[in-house]
Amino acid sequence: MSGGVVFQAVSKRYGGVTAVDNVSFDIAAGTLVTLLGPSGCGKTTTLRMIAGLEQATAGRIFIDGVDVTTKSPGERDVSMVFQSYALFPHLNVLDNVCYGLRSSGVKRIRAAEQARATIALVGLTGLENRLPSELSGGQQQRVALARAMVLEPRVLLFDEPLSNLDARLRRHVRDEIRSLQQSLGLTVVYVTHDQSEALAISDRIIVMNNARIAQGGSPRELYESPSDRFVVNFMGEASILPVTIQTIDDGIATVRLGGTTLRLPNRGLDTGPAEIAIRPHAPRLTGGTPEPNTLNGTIRRAVYGGDHMEYDVTIDGFSEPLFVVDARVASPYVVGAGVGIALTPSGLALLPASTRARPK
Amino acid sequence: MLARELAKRGYGDGQSFVTGSLLLIGGAIAMFVAYPILCVLTSAVRDDAGAFAPALFLAKLTGHSIWGFDCLTGGACGVAWNSLALATLVGVVTTLLGLAFALLAVRTDLPLKPLLRGLSILPIVTPPFVIGLALILLFGRAGMVTNWLALHAGIPRSRWIYGIWGIGIAQVLAFTPIAFMILAGVLAGISPTLEEAARMLRATPWRIFRSVTWPLLRPGLTSAFLIGFVESLADFANPLVIGGNFNVLSTDIFFAVVGASHDQGRAAVLALILLVFTLAAFAVQSWWLGKARYTTVTGKGDSGLHAPLPLRLRAASLLAVVPWLLLTIGVYGTILAGGFVAQIGRDNTPTMQYFLTAFSVDRGVGGWFLSGSAWPSFLTTLELGLIAMPITAALGVLTAYLLDRIRFRGRDAFEFLTMMIFAIPGTVIGIGYILAFNAGAIQLTGTGLIIVAAFVFRNMPVGIRATLASLTQIDRGLDEASLMLRASRAATLRRVILPLLRPAIATAMIYSLVRAMTAVSAVIFLVTGGYNLATVYIVGRADVGEYGVAIVYAAVLIVFMMILLLTIQAVAGKARFGRRDEAVAVVS
Repeated sequence: MSGGVVFQAVSKRYGGVTAVDNVSFDIAAGTLVTLLGPSGCGKTTTLRMIAGLEQATAGRIFIDGVDVTTKSPGERDVSMVFQSYALFPHLNVLDNVCYGLRSSGVKRIRAAEQARATIALVGLTGLENRLPSELSGGQQQRVALARAMVLEPRVLLFDEPLSNLDARLRRHVRDEIRSLQQSLGLTVVYVTHDQSEALAISDRIIVMNNARIAQGGSPRELYESPSDRFVVNFMGEASILPVTIQTIDDGIATVRLGGTTLRLPNRGLDTGPAEIAIRPHAPRLTGGTPEPNTLNGTIRRAVYGGDHMEYDVTIDGFSEPLFVVDARVASPYVVGAGVGIALTPSGLALLPASTRARPK
Repeated sequence: MLARELAKRGYGDGQSFVTGSLLLIGGAIAMFVAYPILCVLTSAVRDDAGAFAPALFLAKLTGHSIWGFDCLTGGACGVAWNSLALATLVGVVTTLLGLAFALLAVRTDLPLKPLLRGLSILPIVTPPFVIGLALILLFGRAGMVTNWLALHAGIPRSRWIYGIWGIGIAQVLAFTPIAFMILAGVLAGISPTLEEAARMLRATPWRIFRSVTWPLLRPGLTSAFLIGFVESLADFANPLVIGGNFNVLSTDIFFAVVGASHDQGRAAVLALILLVFTLAAFAVQSWWLGKARYTTVTGKGDSGLHAPLPLRLRAASLLAVVPWLLLTIGVYGTILAGGFVAQIGRDNTPTMQYFLTAFSVDRGVGGWFLSGSAWPSFLTTLELGLIAMPITAALGVLTAYLLDRIRFRGRDAFEFLTMMIFAIPGTVIGIGYILAFNAGAIQLTGTGLIIVAAFVFRNMPVGIRATLASLTQIDRGLDEASLMLRASRAATLRRVILPLLRPAIATAMIYSLVRAMTAVSAVIFLVTGGYNLATVYIVGRADVGEYGVAIVYAAVLIVFMMILLLTIQAVAGKARFGRRDEAVAVVS
């Protein structure tokens, strides 16, 4: 029953403003794909175009191989969980869940039967006669989920579904959505601006920025091999330092960073100036006397974070500090201490040199 | 002193300012609202000699002229039934028309917005009887439309407009904008995401309207109906002008006092019935709203698109709205133009005769003087209105501040009392003032003071509402910061709250002036030779058939107040004004 979603060069313009600019992607059936990006990047507009709530200005949209570009929401066999849940306040839980079935012409008794089954699936049995206002936020969320799922749509859409829940509940519901999606084999398109949520839940992530796709790929690819500064910063903390690519040998670049040499995948980059993104867990700090062929720096700021220490380290010869997370909290470095910095390859990625002048 | 004593015992936050204010307002309301109402009640149960006469009261209360059913057998029904039937009719029609307007304005891209903005001001600046007057000039036995129909279509002249139909049409024209404003607000407040959700769940536009939009509108519809109902019950001037032999409670009260019978006891009984009807309607409304209020605007992720209006509904709405619009244009055209022709509809020669009669300025011995016949009443109205204006605003602001910002014992009762003022029909206040201040300790009848008091206490709710609307937007933190900085409550009000409320106060003052100038029902009992008012003068002219002068005067009043309002609007700003429209419109 699940189907894929294909965007072919889709654009959406409101007057002079382009909300979505020439976006193409292919979402495979049975996968959960996240549209991730800062507010105003076009991710919600993209979702609403899949839903049929907005009409594309240009390009074509396919669901399960069928061109739905000009079809209304009701004809697309998709359903949606809204950020505000949009539960009908005058209908009880059962009637809310039945609503779509009744609209589709399912008889009352049959609809109620199906609705009860779905309500049981989301664990709300016994609350069928409550009004939305009599439910907690988490319960309302599940009703919204049940209401969308009961239609067994080809594609299930989520618009920031967790943003109205508190942090603890958020992780719980997130995992529930993921396990339901996997066990039922649903195709899900999921909009969020929270990168950790996206990393945890997705088969694939599409990062959007300024109405365009910045990068698409698996969570691991996006975190470990971001294609540019925007994706690096959006997917998590990172320090970005200038480097020089000296030679390239069979896809492996020899990179000069300050006084050290690193060997990393070149990712299509040529020799010459480039940049390196360093995730906070990549550097290993060592105390004692400076060694040749390592980076040396000074601790500028040290913050106790419970199960980890956070440091800002200035590296000799670089203006930008390096942000480091260190799991060793027992004997932290003090501010002003000199440290050696060894870089483990797992949290490093080469980037093209940025054209912008970097602020000092 | 009493205030300080009470304050020492910890009443009202332990500050003599608060306690003093409460005593001041409580005392004023007790004297100018509760006491007159009490006089109505006691007068109802006494005979003419002043003795307690429960049997007579019962006889009057259940009298045939009030509750009779003769209209079923060809006669005239009792006034209570007349009033109820009329009010129900007007409530239903204004609600449906208001809904049609609201749907077209909020849910379609028809260019109705500026038009509807104008419509929302009209009922505020139009003295209530003016519409009835215009209807007579259009549809009366010698009216323009009647003439034309008789001449060209051979439809015989008749007096159909004088009675329930005339009053009904006049009230529908007058009160539909109020229903519109209520329903437009409710309609705009329905979260578009709910309708999007219904669209996602495969509902057709018609089904979305029926199963989502309509149920969410229901509290608003009830509210609009009850406001229309209460406005119709309280309306005095239209039935007076166009009612013919169709009597309603409000006019019957008047005729019981001024008519040949001069039966104050009967007037009191009728006032009592009217008061019970109105209060019951308000009680039903607050009970209903308390039960079925859906807050659908959450403010979180709510920026969707409303569902398209079903075509059938759109067509039906247009069909309902267009006749209303045409009639309104006809009515206001008649008023604005009618005073400047010899005899509207029959002799359309332009003339300044009526305008000059009413508003001429001549040069005589000792300089210029205002010789027009309308000047005395116009100036009196303006003078009394201007005196009442700051008092109304001050009491309103103080009351709103106490209600919104201070916790004190009896706050609920206090709030109920101020809400009561909303609900009391003007005629009931009028008869109450006559009974209360005619003799005895406080003799005010025949003075300007009694009219000022009527203005102040009839219009105080406007000030309260306007101020409450603004106060809820001013962070309580500001008060608390001021109190922490060792300012007293009074100083906080003066130095922090009042400056922030300045636009609200300005608007409340102008509205209180405008409402004072358009008031008829309460003050018609109170005017005397020395203090004649504009509206009462116009009703008098119309009553003796001097329509020319009457409509010229009405047109001048409307234009004058329109200019006042537009000036304030330009000064106070558009956004603020919108909020207050609503606050003002629901006051009867």
